[in-house]
This record gives sequence, structure tokens and C-alpha cells, in this order.
Amino acid sequence: MTHEAEQHVRATVDAVYRAESRRVLATLIRVIGDFDLAEEALHEAFRAAVEQWARDGVPANPRAWLVSAGRFKAVDRIRRRVRLNASEAEIADRLHAEAEDIATVLDQDLEDDRLRLIFTCCHPALPQDAQIALTLREVCGLTTEEIARAFLMAPSTLAQRIVRAKNKIRVARIPYEVPGRDALPERLDSVLHVIYLVFNEGYSASSGSSLMRHDLSDEAIRLARLLVELLPEPEALGLLALMLLHESRRSARATVDGDLILLEDQDRSLWDRAMIAEGGQLVTQALATRRFGAYSVQAAIAAVHVEAAEPGKTDWRQIVGLYDVLLRLEPSPIVELNRAVAIAMRDGPEAGLSLIDALLEHGELEKYHLAHAARADLFRRLGRRADARVAYQRALALTQLEPERRFLERRLAELSS
Amino acid sequence: MKYLALVYLPETEIQKMSVKEWDDLNAECIAYGDSITTSGHRLGGEALEPTNTATTVRVRNGKVTTTDGPFAETKEQLAGFYFLEAKDLNEAIQVSSRIPPARLGSVEVRPVRQLIRK
Repeated sequence: MTHEAEQHVRATVDAVYRAESRRVLATLIRVIGDFDLAEEALHEAFRAAVEQWARDGVPANPRAWLVSAGRFKAVDRIRRRVRLNASEAEIADRLHAEAEDIATVLDQDLEDDRLRLIFTCCHPALPQDAQIALTLREVCGLTTEEIARAFLMAPSTLAQRIVRAKNKIRVARIPYEVPGRDALPERLDSVLHVIYLVFNEGYSASSGSSLMRHDLSDEAIRLARLLVELLPEPEALGLLALMLLHESRRSARATVDGDLILLEDQDRSLWDRAMIAEGGQLVTQALATRRFGAYSVQAAIAAVHVEAAEPGKTDWRQIVGLYDVLLRLEPSPIVELNRAVAIAMRDGPEAGLSLIDALLEHGELEKYHLAHAARADLFRRLGRRADARVAYQRALALTQLEPERRFLERRLAELSS
Repeated sequence: MKYLALVYLPETEIQKMSVKEWDDLNAECIAYGDSITTSGHRLGGEALEPTNTATTVRVRNGKVTTTDGPFAETKEQLAGFYFLEAKDLNEAIQVSSRIPPARLGSVEVRPVRQLIRK
């Protein structure tokens, strides 16, 4: 074989790896029944592909070839071990017995396997941080080092977390399946929550290499796209919309030095129109199902904001109405705070202030810096400088986030000038 | 696959129940126990007397010491257990979620570990 031909095969294998490795892994986990063995089998299958495809040509269905090769590699590996424990011996026997023609592996099965993998990695019986790590590793294909760097953790700590999670999957026998209708809402919530946590880690991170963390937001959006493709439930659409609408403002929401720019002060020409259009369309689709939940409503609120050509044109009446819906779906003091701010925009600062004061009296938001920052802002709008200063100082005392601290300090400085 | 479902209840809350509420809860537990025995999910299980009847036994340096009460002070106390057969954790969770006291306390689902004879 010529050097060029060899290069060509290697490039083909690399391309197949990028496009198919997660699908193949998802199926191998199902047929082998063990995460670690499946990962080893995946890598051995790709190693074998480099040799065999160079000799025999690229197979018609590379995916099926890899699944088949991976399965044989797993059988070999188990057999090679000197001492089999009971469960491994069982796996080897079963794999050997299943002499099914791999060409019959349907594309539909492979897609279902990807969904199984997502639901297993986000199983609520696993600790939340492990769900996140496992999802990024197994579903997105990030390395342990990449995930550790993004979460500012020691790779060994993260690796241990993954080992423990895989151990629980095996020992407690967390099944590799898409949940049935009864359990689906709760289990889907758990998947959506993991995706949203990954997104927020990338979106609102205040420390660490910003480039790496930006990738987390992209990864979350990619995950949500995959989920929507596999399981187009209204809240999956809603979450994807919400993330796209937030992400559309990325380049406008901070200065080059990392200082926050409030929505009303952002340069709207920097907003990503394609993301806004896609997000808006997804929201409409989610709301039309009438089975929407909190993600869809939050996305609808974000859509109303970005649809305004300038801050003064924001439809606050509609935003208040959407917060009313959100409050019914998911009552929380933070939603009430946001609603109070929207009411201040609709009816004037006094109306918002009395609502925020009532909320603070309840006590739950007393330690929440944004409640005091919102209150300070309303005092500022009313020209009550002394009250504003006290409230900004209270907010400042409650936050550790560097960009927020700088923002509050700027506001305080403006008040005394 | 075998699992043990450990049922925990806040004893102080249970003591506040009326006789009727307590009887109803027990009747509900009996009915549910029967139904999952019939379905093949319940291999065994019992309700327990409250923790003020518990004794903790330890052996240290060959010497037995006994103390009054459970070994740890907790908000919810072990009130009973179900020995379950389920095909996987999802099925065990599904069966455990319908145990009546799950509404009042919590149910810890643990896979049974096989002791291996060497």
C-alpha cells in the first residue's frame, strides 16, 4: 500500500471516529453491558480498523463493522484475563452466544442506544456532579483532563468521581434503558438539569480560562440538540431555546476585560441573529404543545427581551404575564424577585420596590445579593441616592463573584460622583 | 437481582398520628406487601418496633458491650424493611416508591452483596 493510500485510510478512520465514536460506544455499552469494557473495546476496534481497512478497504457500513469488532475485542479481553469473576464470565458467555449478524444492527437501534446512554449517565441515583462528568465524558466524548480543566478540578478527583459512578451503575444495576412513560417526566428533568448546569458553568463562570468554559456552553447546546433530535419533548425544545437565546448575547454581555454589561446597555447589533431566530422558533414550537414547563416559559421571557429592537421597546406587559405563568409552574422567591423587577419596568420603580421589600421581609432572599442590587437600582432610578448606596453596599457584601463586585463598585462610585 | 428497601420514618411524627391514621397506614402496608408478594417482588420483610426498644451490641477485644437505643441519632429512624427481587434498580425504585411510608419518610434501596466463599 502506498503512503498516500495509508494516509487516506487514517484520515477516514479519524473522520469516522469523530462522527461515530459516541454512537458506537453507546451500542457497545448495551451489547457488552459494562462501561469500562465497552470503552476499551471501542479503542481496540478503532485500532483494528486502521490495520484492516488499509488492507481490505473501508467497509460499506463502518459503524456496524466497529460495533462488531468491538464486541469480539471485548470477548477476547475477558477471556484473556486469568481469573474471571462471575459477572465477567457471564458477559463473555452471553457475548459469545449472541452470534447475531451485526449488519442487522439498525440505525434506529443505534439512535436508541445514544438516548439510553444519556439517561443512564444522568440517572438521579448518581450524584449530580458525577452525572455531569459522566455525561461530558461518555456522551460528548471529552477526556477526563478536559472536563477537569473546565471545572477547575484535579484530574484525579474527577477520575475518581467517574470510577465511583461507574461502580454504582454496575453494582446497583442501573439499567441501560430509556425510561418508560411513568418515569419519563422525572428522568427527563434530571437530564435537562444536567445539560443546563453544564451550560451555566460555561455561561456565568467567573473564574478560570474563559475559553475552556465557553466550550462548556457549546457542549451543552450540542447535547440539547442531540436530545431534541432523539426525544423532541416540549421541555427539551424549551431548554435548547433558552440556551440559544442566552448564548446569542454572549459577545455583548461583557467588556473585553470581563466586566458585566446589563441587558439594557448591551450593543444589540452584536447579538447573534441566527441563534435568536432559531431560539424563537423553538419557543413557539414548545408553547404550541401545551405541555410546556418552566424551561419553555423562561425561554419565552428571554425571547421577548431579545425581540425588542431597543430596551425602551421591551414588552414588559408580556414579560410580567410570563412570570405569572412561571410562578404557577415553579413557585420560588427568585422568580418573584424577577417578576417584581418586570413590574417595576411596567408600572414604575415604586411598585417594584414595595414588592421587593415584602419579599425581603419574608427572609428567604435576605442573603441573596441580586435582591439588594435590584432594590438599589430602583432607589437609583427614583433619585434616592442614600438608600441606593446602602442597598448596593449590602449587595456587595453578599457576593464573591468578581465581575459582579466590579459592577456594583462602579455603580457605587457613580452615586457618589 | 436482590435489593433491600430500608424504610425510615420520623418517629416523633408517627407518634402524633391518631389511632385511625395509624391503623389505616398499617392496613395500607399489609395490602401493598401482599400485592408485591403476589407479583414476585417481595421475598420478605417486616415492620420494626420503635427505636426505644432497640439495643446496640458491640464486641471489642472479645468483650461484649450493649447499649440502649440505635447506634446513631438521626432525624428519621429505621421502621421496617422489604427484601425485594427486581430486574434492575429502576424496577426496585418503582416498587419502593409505592411503599406507603415513602410518603412520610424515606426508603433507602440497597443492592444485596453476595458473600463469596473462598
